[in-house]
Amino acid sequence: MNRNLHSFSISEAREGLKSGKFSSRELLKSCLDRIMQLDTKIHAFVSLNEKALDEADSVDINKPLGGIPIAIKDNFLTHNIRTTASSKVLDTYIPQYDSTVVKNLKNAGAVIIGKTNMDSWAHGSSTETSDYGPTLNPWNTRHLPGGSSGGSAAAVAADMCLAAIGSETAGSVRQPSAWCSVTGFKPTYGRVSRYGVIAMASSTDSPGPITKNVEDAALITGVIAGKDPFDATTSSQPVPNLLIPKKIKQTGLRIGLPKEYLEVLEPASRQVILNAAKKMEDLGHRIIEISLIHPKYSIGVYTIVQRSEVSSNLSRYDGIRYGNNRSFFNQEAKRRIMLGTFALSSGYYDHYYAKAQKVRTLIMRDFEKAFSRVDLIIDPPSPGPALKVGASLNAPMFGEMQDILVEPSSISGLPGISVPGGFIDQLPLGFGLIGPQFHEDRILEAALQYQSATNWHEQKPIL
Amino acid sequence: MSWQTVLGFEVHIELATRSKMFCGCPADHFGKTPNSQTCPVCLGLPGALPVPNVRAVEWCIKLGLALNCQINRFSKFDRKNYFYPDLPKGYQISQYDQPFGHSGHLFLSSGKKIRITRVHLEEDTGKLQHAVVEGKKVSLIDFNRSGVPLVEIVTEPDFTDSSQSDEFLKEIQNIVRALDISRADMEKGSMRLEANISVMPAGQTNLPPYKVEVKNVNSFRFIKKAVDFEISRHIKLLESGKTPKQETRGYSESLGGTVSQRSKEEAHDYRYFPEPDIPPMTFTNSQINKWLQELPPLPEQIRSELISNFTLSSANAAIIASNQQMYNIFTQAVSDPEFSPKAIADVLINKRYGPVLPKTGNDLIKYLKSLNQTSISDSSQITEAVKKIISANPRAIADIKSGKQQALFYLIGLIKRDLGNVDISLVKKILIEQIL
Repeated sequence: MNRNLHSFSISEAREGLKSGKFSSRELLKSCLDRIMQLDTKIHAFVSLNEKALDEADSVDINKPLGGIPIAIKDNFLTHNIRTTASSKVLDTYIPQYDSTVVKNLKNAGAVIIGKTNMDSWAHGSSTETSDYGPTLNPWNTRHLPGGSSGGSAAAVAADMCLAAIGSETAGSVRQPSAWCSVTGFKPTYGRVSRYGVIAMASSTDSPGPITKNVEDAALITGVIAGKDPFDATTSSQPVPNLLIPKKIKQTGLRIGLPKEYLEVLEPASRQVILNAAKKMEDLGHRIIEISLIHPKYSIGVYTIVQRSEVSSNLSRYDGIRYGNNRSFFNQEAKRRIMLGTFALSSGYYDHYYAKAQKVRTLIMRDFEKAFSRVDLIIDPPSPGPALKVGASLNAPMFGEMQDILVEPSSISGLPGISVPGGFIDQLPLGFGLIGPQFHEDRILEAALQYQSATNWHEQKPIL
Repeated sequence: MSWQTVLGFEVHIELATRSKMFCGCPADHFGKTPNSQTCPVCLGLPGALPVPNVRAVEWCIKLGLALNCQINRFSKFDRKNYFYPDLPKGYQISQYDQPFGHSGHLFLSSGKKIRITRVHLEEDTGKLQHAVVEGKKVSLIDFNRSGVPLVEIVTEPDFTDSSQSDEFLKEIQNIVRALDISRADMEKGSMRLEANISVMPAGQTNLPPYKVEVKNVNSFRFIKKAVDFEISRHIKLLESGKTPKQETRGYSESLGGTVSQRSKEEAHDYRYFPEPDIPPMTFTNSQINKWLQELPPLPEQIRSELISNFTLSSANAAIIASNQQMYNIFTQAVSDPEFSPKAIADVLINKRYGPVLPKTGNDLIKYLKSLNQTSISDSSQITEAVKKIISANPRAIADIKSGKQQALFYLIGLIKRDLGNVDISLVKKILIEQIL
């Protein structure tokens, strides 16, 4: 079979590169051609790396990601490549330095192919609030790709790159991955450096890979994870070996199924999740029904904490530097700045921010308690499949409602994954697992088992 | 009616750490080429994150300990949100409700206690320079100072006059210098003072309904003048039935008084919240005790030792204690029993050795000894030496007798070498008597 190079996973491409079947330039060229062919339709990219071909020629293919074209969400700073966070405020901003994630990827031999579209400043779950126009879902362009890492998820789903980097504050990796039927992994908060990532909500921002399968997610996580002297919130916990052996022997895991989360799911989606749970049982694990604090309480906590941090984080774009002034902030950014400023104001701090942090602590304790009884918890990445284009407009809480099921784990800093889990009316849906802090290996192994027993991840959109 | 001054201070000290508070750039910014010591972190570029300087944290806590503060075992940094062009992130990383040190105090020489509200750590801002470039008035920003570690000491309004505050502020400088954490140099801005001044009827217990802040004063002399100026200005207004305006004022050297800079009718809302980029810090008792043990002798302790061990006057003790180098020389020199501590102190304080301090206590002792060897003018001692020289140098004697003056000076030199500092004219007289 003569497959297009751009459709390869990282592990497949590495075999081909090492055996000399094709060059890293050919691999990159195939992805670039795919972008030229499809991106007018999908609009996954906001900028391309003009030097990518030169870089592909000089790369050492023996490195862990040698010659692999990777797309980067546009809130990661890339030296000499325009970085906008999809906001016109940064329309002409060319960074002087690389984010730690990008630096680690380059050191591992990856070729940065371009920068992917996102909700402006990562404010949203639709990629519809980008100042450069929306990204559309490769499975059905009348539908949204999810967000805020929608450009990254769509680019991977449409085979415009071999893998992409996203960032998740609450659901921004897992939800678009679910809607685009790719693998999205959010490591523990503090596992991957935030240095050089344009801050949204500093206390929950977590970079993570979006890939074509679980093995690739593990490979990239291994490259980007670890203590960074430039990020005081990164953990010095050693990164476990995430390069999963081909045959997984892990059985007998206790997997929690939280009934409050099932309640939130639309009926068809609930069936997809229950089918996945059954699959895990068939693989030799034990499904245990558990009860967690209802995810609706996380919405309030997340909204207050995130808006507060946003109002402070965006204040450096004061019009003195970066070219464009504050009038270039869009509606959503202004709304968030206003709400956060209000929540932190004198006299309101205790009512809002301080109270939100207390509830956040309760939710974290609730998870700790749960993880004393189970090894992993099923966490559906989204209440249902991709919504139609326009769904987020005039819906200020769109993101929070779409991310309701992943907000509890995000504000608790827990690692979580979304893997392709099935389809409803030709639209994909994700299956999700979360684990205790710094147990990325356990999640990835279980997800790989699920992937090995299903073929959802092998299905591709018709484009 | 008699009036009472209510006076408190905020003192900022720039720490002399090698690197800045949250990045690796050099902290020593004075006189450097603008923007030559910057990086993404202190420029507040997108995505840059602060990593706290552990040495600065230690020094701030040590200063807190030296000011008799309670040290919070749990502490954290907070964001103070406000807009100013010299603040690149739009917020300053500071400390809000859990400062490193709080509830300290210092005693003035009168025995009066000045309470210290808090001692906290923050980052300095950049510097604005207003200039004309190509004929246009512009404001330029130099970020070399951005992110330099800055300690803020806040006092309670416990001072009632400017001589109390003068003593206190100089003592803060002494303590900072003794800890060797900053030069606390007013002219270079590594020590900055802000006075909060108001006046009320004597005996009133409630604080006055207003206060005036005096800022940007770069010498002890000027802050004292500014405070005195303000007190009499307030009294004049109060006596005419007016309440002084709540405002910020600066000191004008040419006017010899203060001038209004901006009125501060509304309180700022800084929207403090915990800095999410820096994990909170905890300190153990043993860590705090270790730092307490490491404190060098502090000026107050040095002064009382100088007074009790060496019976120095309190004025002399204060001068020696305020100068680390002078103190070192003094303690070395007093180990020589030949000179009294008072004599050593006098010569040091009055700078009798010249404008530059001697290098060591030994150098000072040598100097003192040379002073003590005042000319030998005992004629019997000289006569004895002269006789010895005459019998040992018959040839020179002959020369002298034949009228050669040079030979006379040669002999005087020999005698001087034997006796040291000696009255030359007396030597010459005795020599001539003995020869002729």
